[in-house]
Amino acid sequence: MTHPEPETTPVLALEEVSKSFGAVRALRGVSLRLYAGEAHALAGENGAGKSTLIKALAGVHRPDAGTVLLDGAPVEFHGPADARDAGVAVIYQEPTLFPDLSVAENIFMGRQPRRSLNRVDHRAVKRAAADLFARLGVDLDPDQPARGLSIADQQLVEIAKALSFDARVLIMDEPTAALTGSEVARLFGVVKTLREQGAAVLFISHRLEEIFALCQRVTTLRDGALIGSEPLEGLTEDDLVRRMVGRDLDELYPKQETEAGEVALQVRRLTREGVFTDVSFEVRRGEIVGLAGLVGAGRSEVARAVFGVDRFDGGEVEVLGTSLKPGAPSVAMAAGLALVPEDRRAQGLVMDMSIERNIGLTGFAETTRAGLMNRKAERSRSVDWAVKLQVKYARLADVVGTLSGGNQQKVVLAKWLATGPQVLIVDEPTRGIDVGTKAEVHRLLSSLAAEGVAVLMISSDLPEILGMADRVLVMHEGRLTAEIPRAEATEETVMAAATGRTKEGSAAA
Amino acid sequence: MTMTAQPVRSESAPRPTASRQFIDKVFKARELAVAVVLVVMLLATQISNGEFLSEQGIKDLLLNSTILVLVATGQAVVVITRNVDLSVGSVLGISAFAAGNYLQSGGNSLIAVLLAVALGAVFGALNGALVSLGKVPALVVTLGTLYVVRGIDSIWVGSRQITADGLPSGFVDFGTNGISVVPYLALLTLAVLLCVGYYLRSYRSGRDMYALGSSPEAANLAGVPVRKRIMTAYVLCGALAGLAGALYLARFGNVDSATGNGYELTVVSAVVVGGVAFTGGAGTVYGAALGALLLTSINSVLPALGVSSVWVTAINGLLLLLAIAVDRILALRVAAVLRKQAAQMRSARHD
Ligand SMILES: Nc1ncnc2c1ncn2[C@@H]1O[C@H](COP(=O)(O)OP(=O)(O)OP(=O)(O)O)[C@@H](O)[C@H]1O
Ligand SMILES: [Mg+2]
Repeated sequence: MTHPEPETTPVLALEEVSKSFGAVRALRGVSLRLYAGEAHALAGENGAGKSTLIKALAGVHRPDAGTVLLDGAPVEFHGPADARDAGVAVIYQEPTLFPDLSVAENIFMGRQPRRSLNRVDHRAVKRAAADLFARLGVDLDPDQPARGLSIADQQLVEIAKALSFDARVLIMDEPTAALTGSEVARLFGVVKTLREQGAAVLFISHRLEEIFALCQRVTTLRDGALIGSEPLEGLTEDDLVRRMVGRDLDELYPKQETEAGEVALQVRRLTREGVFTDVSFEVRRGEIVGLAGLVGAGRSEVARAVFGVDRFDGGEVEVLGTSLKPGAPSVAMAAGLALVPEDRRAQGLVMDMSIERNIGLTGFAETTRAGLMNRKAERSRSVDWAVKLQVKYARLADVVGTLSGGNQQKVVLAKWLATGPQVLIVDEPTRGIDVGTKAEVHRLLSSLAAEGVAVLMISSDLPEILGMADRVLVMHEGRLTAEIPRAEATEETVMAAATGRTKEGSAAA
Repeated sequence: MTMTAQPVRSESAPRPTASRQFIDKVFKARELAVAVVLVVMLLATQISNGEFLSEQGIKDLLLNSTILVLVATGQAVVVITRNVDLSVGSVLGISAFAAGNYLQSGGNSLIAVLLAVALGAVFGALNGALVSLGKVPALVVTLGTLYVVRGIDSIWVGSRQITADGLPSGFVDFGTNGISVVPYLALLTLAVLLCVGYYLRSYRSGRDMYALGSSPEAANLAGVPVRKRIMTAYVLCGALAGLAGALYLARFGNVDSATGNGYELTVVSAVVVGGVAFTGGAGTVYGAALGALLLTSINSVLPALGVSSVWVTAINGLLLLLAIAVDRILALRVAAVLRKQAAQMRSARHD
C-alpha cells in the first residue's frame, strides 16, 4: 500500500519559501505539507537548510519569499509566540533553557497554570512537570535548576516542553541526537500516540533507521533546494542517502585493522564522589575503544575527569607513562591528551568567534613566536582542518554561531584534531553529523588509530560503537560493568551490560 | 537498531528530598546571610554603645534606609533582566526638585508625589526604549541618560534650592513622623517592596523577567515579549526612583541640582550585596532590600562605634567583594550537593 498525498488540507504548510542569510541561500523555493495524523521526516546533509526551514515554520525567521499556510490559509507568524498560540510545538536542535530556573519552570515558561487573580500556581507547575517526566519515563527532579544538566537531559526537558501542550503540529529538530535507545523508544511511543490522536509531526534525524521507524513520508533537501517529497514505504536507506548526498555512499564504518601497541592511557580506580566509582581501563596505541552506556551512566563525566575538566577524588590517570594531576587540562594537553567535548555550545566553541579563531584556540603553541601570534600560520592551520572535515562555510572569518549544527560539530573536531594528540577522547563525535560526513569522521578516527593514536570513543549511537570499536567498555550507573572484545560485541551483549542485566564483576581491567 | 532496546529507566525512583531542601536553603541562605550579618552588626554596636538602638536611633536607621531600599527594589528588577539602570540618581534628583518646585508654588502634596512618580516613569520609559530598541548595552545607554538627565536638572534648577520652609507642613510631617518607631516612609517602602516581590514571584510577566535575564535567546524562543518586559522593568525602576525623589524631599526638605549625585553606585552595590546576580536571572527584591539596609546601617554603625566615616566607602567596597566571593563559594557547594543527590538517586534505583 502506498501513501498518496492525502486529499485533506495540510495543517501547516510552506509554499515556495526562500530564505537567505547574506550571501548564503539557506532555502530556495521549498514547499512542505504537514498532514494531521502523519509523521513527516526531513532529510538532508549538514547545512542543507533543515533547521532554517523549521525556524520559518515556527515564526523565528520571516521567509524572504513564499508563504506559510495554516489550515490552508496564509498566515504570518510575527514570532515564536504566534506559532505556539496556533498550536505549533517546536524542539529546536540546540537546547535553549533558562539555567537559573527550575526544570519545571523551564517547561512552562509563559504558559504556567494559574490560580485566582491570575497568579502562577507553582504547585501545579511542578506537578505537571512531574507528570510529563513520568510519561517520558525520565528521572528528573522538577525542582532542579537547569544549570548543569547533561545535553541528553536538556534534550529531554525540551521534549517535555514540546509535549506539555496539546500541539496540533509537533516539530522536532534532531531530538534524539544525544539519546540512547531506551529514551528514543520512549519518545517514539509518546509521539506515536500523539500522531494517532491527530497531530502532525515533522521529524529530523541523521539516524536513518529512526526515520524509517517513526515516519510515513520524507522530504529531502540538498543545498537549500527541494529534492523530493515521497512516502517512505518502498524506500531503502540507500535510496534516502542517494537523495540527500546525490551519490552512493561508501562504507559507513570503514574500520582498518590495526595492531594494538603499548598502553597509552591508563586509568586506575578512578572515582569522583557521587558520579562514578572505581573505574579502571586502558587504551593502547592503535586501538579504538568504545565507551557505551545509557544516558546518565557517567561516561562523559569519566572523560571530563580524565582530561582534568573536573577533579577526581581518587584513583590515577597516566598518559604515556606520565601521571596526570587532577583538574589540570593544560597538563593533560601537554601530555598529548585531547578531549572533544559533548556540549559544543557550552564547552566546545566560542560561539561569537570566527571559525578560524576557534580552531586556532588550541594551537597557540604552534602559531605563536616570542609571544606574538602568527595570524597567517593560524589561518593555514585552520583551512587545512576545515577542508579535511568538509566544514560547509562561506568564509573562514564567519562567526561559528551561524553555522548549521552539524558544521559546528565539525569545527569542534577540527579544533582538537589539529593539536595532533597521542590520546584522543571523543565524546559523541558524530552527534548531529550527516551520514556522508559521519563516514568521513569514522575514516579519520580509523586512520588516526592506524597512525598509532589511542582513541577512546564515547557514543550513544550503538551501531557506531559496534562498527568502530576494537573493544567496548560499558558503564552502568557510574560503574564499569563490562569489557567486550570486538568479536563478541553485539547489540544484545552491550545493551545487557548497559542496563545492568549482566552480573557485576565480569569487568576485567 | 538503536531503538530496539527496552526502556529501563524506572518510572518512580525515590527522590532524596533532604538534599533538595538543603539546596533550597542554600539559595535562600544568600538572603539569610545578609540578614544575619545585619543583625549581628546592629547588636554588636548596641552592646558597645547603648545609645545606638534608642527609639530615635531605630527611627533614624529606618528613615535613612527607606530611600535606598526603594531605589534598590526597582534596580533589582532591572538587574534581574540582565540590564542595569545607572540613571536612577539623576532621576531621583530631578523628580525631587520637580515635586518641590510644584509644592512651593502652593500645590497639593499627593499630586506632588504622583508628579514625581510620573516623571520618573517617563525617564524609565526613555531608558527602556533605548535599551530594547537600540542594540546598545544598558550600561552605556543609562550612563548616557545619567548625564543627560543631570544636565537638564542643572540647567533647570540652576542655583535655586528647595528648602523645608517652602513646603506644606503636612508633607514635611509625613516625612518625619510615624507609628511609634516606624516612620510612615518605611511603611510605604515596605508595602512597595512586598508588592514588587509578590509580582515577580507570582505573575507570569514577573517570571518572564527571570527568564529574560537567565537566557535572552531562550526567552525569545519561549515567546516571552522581550521588549515589553524590558520596558516594564525600566518604567518600574524609573517610577520607584521618582517616588524615592518625593520621599527624599519629604524627609530632608532640601533639594538642589546636586541631589542624588553618585547615588547609582550605592544602589547597584546594595543590589549585588543582596544577592541579585549581575548576570541576570537570579535573586530577589527582598535580598536587594536587605543589601540596602546593610549598607545604610554601616553608615550609622561606624560613627556610633567612633570610627571615622572616611572608612565607610572602603568598607562598602569590601562588602561588595565579599558578597561576590560568597556567591561563588555557594555555587560550588550547590554543584557538589547536586552531584551527591544524583548518586543517591542512582543507588536508590540500583537496589
Ligand atoms: N543566523 C544565520 N546567519 C547566517 N547563516 C546562517 C544562519 N542560520 C543558518 N545559516 C546558514 O544556512 C545554511 C543552512 O543551515 P541550517 O542550520 O538550516 O542547516 P541544517 O540542515 O539544519 O544542518 P544540520 O544538519 O547541520 O543541522 C548553513 O549554510 C548555515 O551556515
Ligand atoms: Mg540543523
